[in-house]
Amino acid sequence: MVAAPADIAPPVPVAERAQRLARWLPAAGAVLVVALYVAFKNTAVLPHDDDASLFHWLNDARDWVDENRNTSPFFLYFVNYVRLGVAELFTLFQTALTALGWPGLIGVAAGLGWLAGGWRIALVSVVGFAGIGALGLWDASVDTLALTLSSVLLSLVIGIPIGILTGRSPRVRRIVSPVLDVMQIMPTFSYLSPIVLLFLIGPASATIATMIYAIPPAIRITALAIQRVPPTAVEASESLGATGGQTLRKVRLPMALNTITLGVNQTIAAALSMVPLVALIAAPGLGVDLIRALARVNVGAALVPGIAIVIIAIVLDRITRSAAVSRARSSAVRWAGFAVAIVAGLALTPVLAPEFPEQWQIQIIRPINDVVGWIEANWYGFTGFLNDTVAYGLLNPLQDVLTSAPWWLITIAVLGFAWRFSGLRAGLVAAGCLVAIAALSLWEHGMETLTIVLVASVITIAVGLALGIAAARSRWFAAVLRPILDAAQTMPSFSYLLPAVALFGNGRFTAIIASLIYAVPVVARLVEDGVRAVPGTVVEAARSAGSTDRQLLWKVQLPMAKSSLLLAANQGIVMTLAMVVIGALVGAGALGYDVVAGIAQQEDYGKGLAAGVALVLLGVMLDRITQGASGRPNSKKKRIA
Amino acid sequence: MKKLRLIAGVLVLGLGAAACGGAKVDDNSSAAPSANASAGAAAAGSAGTVKMAINAWVGYEASAAVVDYLLENELHYKVEKVTLNEEPSWQGMESGDVDVVLENWGHDDLKKKYIEEKGVAVEAGPNGNNGVIGWYVPEWMVQKYPDITDYKNLNKYADLFKTSESDGKGQLLDGDPSFVTNDEALVKNLKLDYKVVYAGSEAALIKAAEQATDQQKPLLMYFYEPQWLFSKLKLVKINLPPYTAGCDADPKKVACDYPAYPLDKIVSKKFADAGGPAYELVKNFKWTNDDQNKVADDITNNGLSDEAAAKKWVEANPTIWQAWIPK
Repeated sequence: MVAAPADIAPPVPVAERAQRLARWLPAAGAVLVVALYVAFKNTAVLPHDDDASLFHWLNDARDWVDENRNTSPFFLYFVNYVRLGVAELFTLFQTALTALGWPGLIGVAAGLGWLAGGWRIALVSVVGFAGIGALGLWDASVDTLALTLSSVLLSLVIGIPIGILTGRSPRVRRIVSPVLDVMQIMPTFSYLSPIVLLFLIGPASATIATMIYAIPPAIRITALAIQRVPPTAVEASESLGATGGQTLRKVRLPMALNTITLGVNQTIAAALSMVPLVALIAAPGLGVDLIRALARVNVGAALVPGIAIVIIAIVLDRITRSAAVSRARSSAVRWAGFAVAIVAGLALTPVLAPEFPEQWQIQIIRPINDVVGWIEANWYGFTGFLNDTVAYGLLNPLQDVLTSAPWWLITIAVLGFAWRFSGLRAGLVAAGCLVAIAALSLWEHGMETLTIVLVASVITIAVGLALGIAAARSRWFAAVLRPILDAAQTMPSFSYLLPAVALFGNGRFTAIIASLIYAVPVVARLVEDGVRAVPGTVVEAARSAGSTDRQLLWKVQLPMAKSSLLLAANQGIVMTLAMVVIGALVGAGALGYDVVAGIAQQEDYGKGLAAGVALVLLGVMLDRITQGASGRPNSKKKRIA
Repeated sequence: MKKLRLIAGVLVLGLGAAACGGAKVDDNSSAAPSANASAGAAAAGSAGTVKMAINAWVGYEASAAVVDYLLENELHYKVEKVTLNEEPSWQGMESGDVDVVLENWGHDDLKKKYIEEKGVAVEAGPNGNNGVIGWYVPEWMVQKYPDITDYKNLNKYADLFKTSESDGKGQLLDGDPSFVTNDEALVKNLKLDYKVVYAGSEAALIKAAEQATDQQKPLLMYFYEPQWLFSKLKLVKINLPPYTAGCDADPKKVACDYPAYPLDKIVSKKFADAGGPAYELVKNFKWTNDDQNKVADDITNNGLSDEAAAKKWVEANPTIWQAWIPK
């Protein structure tokens, strides 16, 4: 990037000199930043002010909305209808699922399983749903299922058409793609406040919030499926004189159907991971049990709804996944089995008790709590030591630096770092995000959140790296690790707070531990896949050249897996941010706390709304800085420092 | 395509349900108790549905458990518990998601907004509990530092309360961010060298108090009565500048103690207008701090479910609750 002018006639060749300069530039930049920090420490620090005029302005805006909710035409003829329609949809699902009764619902699930994938999937459905009943959470699970289904339905109804458009028109893709990027980076917490403002609390808001989280995979995968339809098939159809609509219905959609079904699968998974969180805005379901367990610091009581959500996720996943794989079986047999299962279930509904029988329920809360109690009592010294080490050794010093440095210095440092790492455009976006956070009057809290995210990311990536490498090198270890990571990935992020709280008390370290459990599975998996993808011949060659295991790892496998490793880092950081924000529920403070308080306290509404935006900006910034890694089409090149 | 038709149908239904002059937020049909009774297919022969807000402290849950138990077993209503924070519960009266708040802590601003201005909620009288909010330290600290109970001396002891989360200042441990609190303003306006740190929940506060007592660790925390914990261990209240009427009018400028809170019940206008035994029971419900603490203690420490704890209290105190049942 820095080319020496040719007329100086350097003693060393130009290219070499530029290379040397490029090598020294980052170091020089770092030294300069440190020097500037020492010189300008405690100037231009933007301390937090709860009274910022922006917050008051947002509060006033909220008051206006509150007063005009029943008079402004925008609300009367649009927003309120949306709310009403979505609420009706949810009620419809809820009423239908409740009316089926538990035997009926199990029967329907079995029928769908049979239809999609034969007796194995039917069995998974029956065992899974019966298991939910046995956990004693039938009613809450039905509510969660209704919420999931209604938001998935909305996601598909809106997402598939957008996906089709996106798949067919590059121009639409250019607009939609960055929007989806931001939607996927946004911490789920950040958009609860604006939704509540528009649609009030309740199932309607909850469905819409879940939809926002679940719609990106629906759009992306539909677009991908449409793009992948072979152009020859489309041409053949058009040359036979089919209209655009006919080609879409008869050629593109049928050929893309299996991939789109996978999109449905991903949409359901996303919806299920959001559903517990919307309990904060008065949605019924398993999330309510999670929040109550959190309020009572009852680990066992939090784990049970977590397991129920995992079961629902597994059942829905298996059904949709096998529906996506086309198979040859006579349709008469399939439909007959489907009908038999449903009729059997429905026939049993009036016979058996309307409530899931209590004697079939198993109690697992107490044993779990006994274990936790024992750990709490006996490991107190150790957990306290860990907490204090991380807090005094890492969090506090880093936070001191970030909050005492001038805002312009941090912005410049981020610009330089992101430029070097991911290119000028990414650098400018990242710096722009920081400036915007400052403009939102949330600089100090933003830096506090950033501190936690940075520390948590470093720990997460280190642990993920270690686990991933170990799994890649030992089949035995991988076989043990995989199911654990699978389960950890499906559990609602929310339920990780509790074991962390029980062990480490409330505070930032607890949020770090929770984000560790949440993000490590993804990081470890990406690392493992990356290392495994190194061609066997290369490994053989290195070995025959006499490299030790250690050399093989550091000189061959890791460098060759670089792009996966960097993608892992990118994903790890974005997921960590999402979790650290939720950590505000257990005392991690900063921006996440502002959002929680904004939902809970009237006078903090404006601050909460601004904090939600600041979180999105922080997410975009972190993503852009590490995006050189992610290999997305919009990052120019994989240019890595 | 079928799904498209389905949602179109649903939307048409929704539109049809509303008047043609646009939709107001409380047009939601599920807000009407009668409509909901038919939706809950399981509750055959039910007298209707009561949507009860559940706020996240166990005292509230104790009151809710008993009223729930009586509504279901004596009056045959179906009770839907809506777990919510305090302020969103008020909003729930507007949106139709909440009929009853059983334990309201002051909230004069919300009363003004939702009762006077919007007219979607009404007061249903005191519930008999007397609420106290304040700052507390474990008793051993008062024996060791007798003058600590005066807020003016708190700065002298700030070092004792330092933790890894308090930025080098003393830590004032608060509960759930949604609880009624002026603490940040108090710390600022009384010029205290403290930082408010949110534990996140009532249970976290209780755990901190237990540890502080058992291990003689210094602790300054936000806490409140009625609360079962006071029967297990001693906490001493810090004296803040005394409360005078109106001294907490501006939440950012508060420099005085919390007022006494005669806790009361709030119900949605719709629920009150519909009347009926459920409303009468909620209106008549009134018990003491001791009653509440007993049930809360059973729920928290004796391993009883909400329902079992309520049943136990109901069976032991027939004279009290029989007076609440409408004739």
